Amino acid sequence: MYVAVKGGESAIAAAHTLLAKERRGDPAVPELTTEQIREQLTLAVDRVMSEGSLYDRDLAALAIKQARGDLIEAIFLVRAYRSTLPRFGYAEPIETSAMTIRRRISATFKDLPGGQVLGPTFDYTHRLLDDSLNGGAAGTPSSPARKPVSEDAKVPHVADLLGHQGLIEPNPETESAAPVGDLTRDPLSFPAERDLRLQSLARGDEGLLLALGYSTQRGYGRTHPFAGEIRLGEVEVHLAPEELGFEVPLGTITVTECEMVNQFKGSAESPPQFTRGYGLAFGHCERKTMSMALVDRALRARELGEEIVAPAQDEEFVLSHADNVQATGFVEHLKLPHYVDFQAELQLVRQMRREWEDAQRKEAAE
Amino acid sequence: MSDAATYNFGYLDEQTKRMIRRALLKAMAIPGYQVPFASREMPMPYGWGTGGVQVTASVLGADDTLKVIDQGADDTTNAVSIRKFFERTAGIATTTHTSEATVIQTRHRIPEAPLREGQILVYQVPIPEPLRFLEPRETETRRLHALEDYGLMQVKLYEDIARHGHIATTYAYPVKVDGRYIMDPSPTPKFDNPKMDMCPAIQLFGAGREKRIYALPPYTKVVSLDFEDHPFERTKFDRGCALCGSEGIYLDEVVTDDRGGRMFVCSDTDFCESQRAAPSEAGHGLHEVPR
Amino acid sequence: MSAQDDRPLLVAEGLSKHYGPHLGCADVSLDIHEGEVVAVVGESGSGKSTLLGLLSTQLLPSAGSVRYRMRDGEERDLFALGEAERRFLLRTDWGFVHQDARLGLRMGVSAGGNVGERLMATGWRHYGRIRAEAEQWLERVEIARDRIDDRPDTFSGGMRQRLQIAKNMVTRPRLIFMDEPTGGLDVSVQARLLDLIRSFVGDYGLAAVIVTHDLAVARLLSHRIVVMRHGRVIETGLTDQVLDDPREPYTQLLVASILQA
Repeated sequence: MYVAVKGGESAIAAAHTLLAKERRGDPAVPELTTEQIREQLTLAVDRVMSEGSLYDRDLAALAIKQARGDLIEAIFLVRAYRSTLPRFGYAEPIETSAMTIRRRISATFKDLPGGQVLGPTFDYTHRLLDDSLNGGAAGTPSSPARKPVSEDAKVPHVADLLGHQGLIEPNPETESAAPVGDLTRDPLSFPAERDLRLQSLARGDEGLLLALGYSTQRGYGRTHPFAGEIRLGEVEVHLAPEELGFEVPLGTITVTECEMVNQFKGSAESPPQFTRGYGLAFGHCERKTMSMALVDRALRARELGEEIVAPAQDEEFVLSHADNVQATGFVEHLKLPHYVDFQAELQLVRQMRREWEDAQRKEAAE
Repeated sequence: MSDAATYNFGYLDEQTKRMIRRALLKAMAIPGYQVPFASREMPMPYGWGTGGVQVTASVLGADDTLKVIDQGADDTTNAVSIRKFFERTAGIATTTHTSEATVIQTRHRIPEAPLREGQILVYQVPIPEPLRFLEPRETETRRLHALEDYGLMQVKLYEDIARHGHIATTYAYPVKVDGRYIMDPSPTPKFDNPKMDMCPAIQLFGAGREKRIYALPPYTKVVSLDFEDHPFERTKFDRGCALCGSEGIYLDEVVTDDRGGRMFVCSDTDFCESQRAAPSEAGHGLHEVPR
Repeated sequence: MSAQDDRPLLVAEGLSKHYGPHLGCADVSLDIHEGEVVAVVGESGSGKSTLLGLLSTQLLPSAGSVRYRMRDGEERDLFALGEAERRFLLRTDWGFVHQDARLGLRMGVSAGGNVGERLMATGWRHYGRIRAEAEQWLERVEIARDRIDDRPDTFSGGMRQRLQIAKNMVTRPRLIFMDEPTGGLDVSVQARLLDLIRSFVGDYGLAAVIVTHDLAVARLLSHRIVVMRHGRVIETGLTDQVLDDPREPYTQLLVASILQA
């Protein structure tokens, strides 16, 4: 009996119905709202916005719900939506030193202008399961009293404090005319400059960056990092439309920024000084920005004349594999039918087995 | 059909289509050369035909008739899914008949019925670089292409013969295009390679994840790599299709029970059906099957 | 082959290479004639590997030029060649034998594939003839024919070096560069390899530039010797003359240290 792979269409429809049912779960349990996700699963929302490259908390929350909590699937949904949006222009660079700070820590100086602000963090919590969160009876937590910080004054970056004494490499001069690459509009080619590398890392998979950053700490491309500064808060986004000729504010976004300060021995061209690694992400993505800063610094090996010996220093390797939407698509495409190629391989293996058996027989006869 | 109203014709915006068409023109001008293009995120996963879908979306017009096959069949799940995608976003006519289609998107096969002038065959390509598994670095493979430095590819074939007595590549079998570029024909079985040579239709290749487009203009010389004393050999089946009786075509092996029962049937379902419907009519007769 | 051309095969003039403020080599001029073997000696850091890199166009000089007489008799400035021409030269008329065989061989490809690669890169497309040619060259470098399908990672150190030589010789190059070809080998293995190189140079009229820190290798193989120190050539001349009667104090020291050893 030959049953062709007919009825693909109805099978797909049925599968989608089953998926919707699984997504809803037990109907006796109230349905999750996207507002709940947006307000209470904020770190998931932040990750989806960052790696989805689209700052929209509501869409990210919707994607998380639709993806049944699979964040890579949610990122994919957001990316696919994003690619249909028209491009009006490019915003001006955000000014993170003018950030309204909610968290700001430095591991390099005990006290510094602007102060250390611990903010909302898992750090120093004891990782004990909290039964009071069960059953939704936890109540509304109160806000702690806090010193107002940096309401008006700019909070200088730690790296700039070192920069005044020439102890750290200067940030590259910003030339207003220099175009910044856009890897969603132009294909990535190698060697890739730092603008494209950072862009790729910002969209890159948190898990991959974490593992690569970790590997540099374990000796695979050591960079001797210090967490110069991690800051979280709100910054204004400005756009300068050509026809207006001046900047207009578009609104406020939350970002996390990490600057690593790394040791560098110096080379023929440069005196010994500290170097930088940089990380930036939408929302509160601390692990991501720290990992990103480690990998950014490792990827500067070529520019700084360091020997390239480890995966984290290899830009083709890192950038070609950082995007989880690409990676998951290609890994999962193995689910698609490969009947035709497999048939070709089957024929070949049969032929080679025949040849092998013939050879064995001939040998036995001799 | 309501989705066709909210999305642009064929899903992609016109700017993106123009960018892809420029890449296609360049690819047609340099047959076999891989043109980088700014591949977009599509609403299907990378590796599932995003490159082919973008190419198809860029060449489709309102009066086109689209056919989509996967493994030679119109009714495999991914073919169904992509065909529905274009029905929804472009509202164009679709068909399962090779002869009626103006654009055919394919994964892993070339239809058995010969293609004609005016048709476009769009291939979905997972890994466009034929040298990739010999040299993982893009910077190096691009240099090898630029310098026409293809000794390494021949070494691979040499090693096959030294080890197995014959070239042991059965699909994605590398070809030389117009005497210049070595090209990956996408993972079609090598059985289909001869159909690419001097084909009257336009052949376009899209690799979405790897962001490359390449092309074969009509009547381009496409030669499968080999040695003079170990010439390229097309896969041969020692039987015909169990359903339509055709010979000299590519067969799927179907497992019929758990006791080793097997049958072999056409991989190209449209070809098989038309053979069974009108076996004696000219137009789909066996004599038309390309060698 | 026509009558030997009197003009030198390769002429280097005023070659210098700086690595930032560090000097690789300075103002080196050198002629190499057909069939002539030149040894470049000096301790590590003397600049001899830099010089080899410059002569073989693997490094770009900070100053100076290298001219080469191509097979058609035309003299060309090597640093003005396009990359395609340079690569073609490197895999036809030149050879390069590395101290570390892994740099010169494809360790995952059979010995036959290694030897055949240059032939295939230059258009050979007949499996049988490629294989027959590879077998001949394996035999000439004293590797048994039945090892042709084995990979070099199953070969001993001495065999790998001989395979490298076969891989280079298959296109009958006129000039071969060798970077410490006997380094890291046992003395008996070294002797066999040196014999082989010496007979090849004689039989095929091969010119060679051999970088070595081993004066015994230089004495056995080379016609002329170039002594380097701190990136400069401090003494040059016929090998026997320089080694028997070194003029420079540093060369005297080098020779004396060998004699004592």
